[in-house]
Amino acid sequence: MKAQYIKEDKLLILEITEEIDHHSCEKIKKRADYEIQVHIPKKVIFDFSNVNFMDSSGIGMIIGRYKLVSMFGGKTSLINVKPAIKKVFEMSGILKLIPIEKTEEIGGTKFEKCI
Amino acid sequence: MKNVYENEMKLEFSSKSTNESFARIAVAAFASQLDPKLEEIADIKTAVSEAVTNCIIHGYENKEGIIKIECRLFANSIEIEISDNGKGIEDIEKAKEPLYTSKSDLERSGMGFTIMESFMDEMKVESVLGVGTKVTMKKMIKESNVIEENEIKI
Repeated sequence: MKAQYIKEDKLLILEITEEIDHHSCEKIKKRADYEIQVHIPKKVIFDFSNVNFMDSSGIGMIIGRYKLVSMFGGKTSLINVKPAIKKVFEMSGILKLIPIEKTEEIGGTKFEKCI
Repeated sequence: MKNVYENEMKLEFSSKSTNESFARIAVAAFASQLDPKLEEIADIKTAVSEAVTNCIIHGYENKEGIIKIECRLFANSIEIEISDNGKGIEDIEKAKEPLYTSKSDLERSGMGFTIMESFMDEMKVESVLGVGTKVTMKKMIKESNVIEENEIKI
């Protein structure tokens, strides 16, 4: 996972760079929780550009991070989610809480990729 | 089996979480003989990952064990059986309920069976307490003679 913190926006971008399953979740959780607790961001964006697979373990993992970010008063969203992964998220209904954003909507920072 | 299958394979591996990706990739590679669409392959991989994860977390509760996968290919469908010799499921109907999880402390979403049911065309769960659990799933692979643009095959 790659982490990028944009201080002026209090924005933390966490780019997941592997397939998300029960096995990889533990590592992703640890790193994400560390970054969130170090920066206390106003907003966390999970970038899924490089995620080609996710099973339901990913739903639990994202909800867990959403809870942590919310505890500090921050918001969580997702970008660059591929159709097969969106299908898994849609089953769970969590996109109401943790929306998929279009990249150009994210204020302050420009992104090359777009959903 | 009522129908004669055209090809079959069997796999046995340790209940280690590193094998989750091995299992779904192996089944997807076998299924690719039927020329499935990218979306059908993604559905199969997700369902296999859910079933194997269940064996590891629930069946064996992260202890040593053997997970078995049997796949059969028919003319236009694949049947996948995933089984463990773990602790078994006490109440299958409850386990299948969306969002129900017996392991909420592990941040499990409780969506495993719901995903298997909706991503595959058929799903059956058989379980005996103390003996093990077997999940049987079937996915229809629609024949496509025309190769659509942007379609990538494995």
